[in-house]
Amino acid sequence: MSAHNPPLPPQVALDPFEGVDFSDLEKSLQRPRTLMSALLSGLVTLMTLVALVPLFSVVWMLLWRGGRRLSLSLFTQLPPAPLEQGGGFGNAILGTLIIIVLAALISVPVGILSAVFLAQAKKESRLAESVRFAAKVLTGFPSILAGVFAYGAIVLLTGGFSAVAGAIAVSILMLPTILLTAEDAIRMVPVKMKEAAVGMGATTTQTVWMVLLPTAFPGILTGVMLAIARGAGETAPLIFTALFSNYWPIASGQVHLMQPTASLAVLIYNFAGMPFDNQVELAWAAALVLVLIVLVTNLTGQALSRRQIR
Amino acid sequence: MPIETQISQPPSRLQLLIDRTFRHLCHGFAWFTVISIVFIILQIVIAGVPAMRQYGPGFMTGTVWDPNTGQFGILPEIWGTLYSSLLSLIIGTAFGVAAAIFLSEGYLGEFVFGFLKLFRVHFHPVYGQLPQQIEDLLKNLIELLAAIPSVVYGLWGIFVVIPLIRPACNWLHLKMGWFPLFSTDLSGPGMLPAVIVLAIMILPTITAISRDALTAVPPKLRMAAYGLGATRWETILAVILPTAARGVFGGVVLAFGRALGETMALAMLVGNANRISVSLFSPANTLAALLANNFPEARPKEVAVLMYAALVLLTITLLVNIIGAYILQRAAAQTEGGH
Repeated sequence: MSAHNPPLPPQVALDPFEGVDFSDLEKSLQRPRTLMSALLSGLVTLMTLVALVPLFSVVWMLLWRGGRRLSLSLFTQLPPAPLEQGGGFGNAILGTLIIIVLAALISVPVGILSAVFLAQAKKESRLAESVRFAAKVLTGFPSILAGVFAYGAIVLLTGGFSAVAGAIAVSILMLPTILLTAEDAIRMVPVKMKEAAVGMGATTTQTVWMVLLPTAFPGILTGVMLAIARGAGETAPLIFTALFSNYWPIASGQVHLMQPTASLAVLIYNFAGMPFDNQVELAWAAALVLVLIVLVTNLTGQALSRRQIR
Repeated sequence: MPIETQISQPPSRLQLLIDRTFRHLCHGFAWFTVISIVFIILQIVIAGVPAMRQYGPGFMTGTVWDPNTGQFGILPEIWGTLYSSLLSLIIGTAFGVAAAIFLSEGYLGEFVFGFLKLFRVHFHPVYGQLPQQIEDLLKNLIELLAAIPSVVYGLWGIFVVIPLIRPACNWLHLKMGWFPLFSTDLSGPGMLPAVIVLAIMILPTITAISRDALTAVPPKLRMAAYGLGATRWETILAVILPTAARGVFGGVVLAFGRALGETMALAMLVGNANRISVSLFSPANTLAALLANNFPEARPKEVAVLMYAALVLLTITLLVNIIGAYILQRAAAQTEGGH
């Protein structure tokens, strides 16, 4: 023990809140810090609202200017010549459908089977890494370059603009969505189910076809729908691959796949720049139809994925 | 027991054959995917090489595009591509990150919750779900911006944006024409309408990726900041945004890649003028718009040159995209470590 203890501090009843001004602790907009926070909150709210204005403006204009012109004859008639009145874009709707179906016929099998491979591949597989990297490169691939590729590889080779060239360009843009979504969907299938199938002696193929694909089906379908929604709206890859046509892509019972083919997107692009009111009105009506096709496909796809999560 | 009545049996030879074929098929398609990407890129590169040999690097610094005299240069297009993308990126980032903060902070949910509280139904089994549902609705609305085809935005830009901003732009030119940004008037298509539409188109990308980055910030950090007495915005600016910075930045770089390659809205709105100008109201041109406008009627010689331009565009966008993906990957690894 030490010889002399330090003197004890004088015993004073300490007020723990001494010197504390309680009004300081209340939230008050008069304090710069709080005011700043409130102002920034207001600013962010305002900016979010402003960001939504274009969406409502686009929808409003489509309904107003496109809806005015909407009638059944739009779907049955051919595009009018300059200064001609009336007309429609039946061939463009049909052309868009043909191109999308062809593009889906290419990208859906490639995308899903590659995804099956990815989901089954070992972690250290170099090929799987490369496929994933390739898909990611494609996600950011400018759509116009898909057109440039199809022009060089198909149009120059076959000697003419065609629906097939357009479909190949669009399929390039659809592939990454289908592939990456399908891989996710297959990976989300519980391992137990897969192990149960393997445990019962199923081959890999049987497991894939009878367990993995059926269970992952809603997710895969979501990817396909989103890809179709994107593909249907693509214009840049079509303007110099499928070009445009004023005639029906199906004539006298034959589908002309190797001819220039009209599509809604290219019709909008061509007619938007024309100085004729009739064409501009048709462009708006076509935009309304195109957006309806795209949004319905897109929302159906999203609804499917929501059901899968539940 | 006769073999026919057994439920389990080893796979038959046919089944094994099918199995092996199918596995090879999947393997083959995976190879097909990789090879086709390589083929696509090689095809563009090879198609660009002849013009590259003929015109050399001078092509990228030339300012004249005249198929009749055979003079080709894409400096105005490179300038227009970078200028329009950067400007739209500034606008798109400001609004996109603001929307991401608005969504990740749950402002709207709080507002709806407060509203429900007035009627004392904020924990009601049906109405109590409303705050979350309305937040999701807002998120989906912003994502819908990305679903609208770019050609529709182009149409909207021509008939809504240009008439709307034209009086204001010409007034600015009249009053402040000495300022380089306002040095020309807006006679119709031009840089500013293109930039505005481009900003709208890249906003959903920025918002979606930034929101993911912001919500991935560990709640601990936010709580710690609140515990120290920070206000909401002191927390956002000093803790949350810096933590999520890499993810946000990755999103911005990916959006930049998208803006560089975007074609239709620009081809319809930028004016297609072979001109280098800092003015916001001057018509200009971009690489993608050049391709879109000149390809359909190009003669073989011009096609070769356009392929060269496509190669330049490909190089720029691939670089930007790979950098963006790399940053996002690093950001994901970083937040995983933070938990």
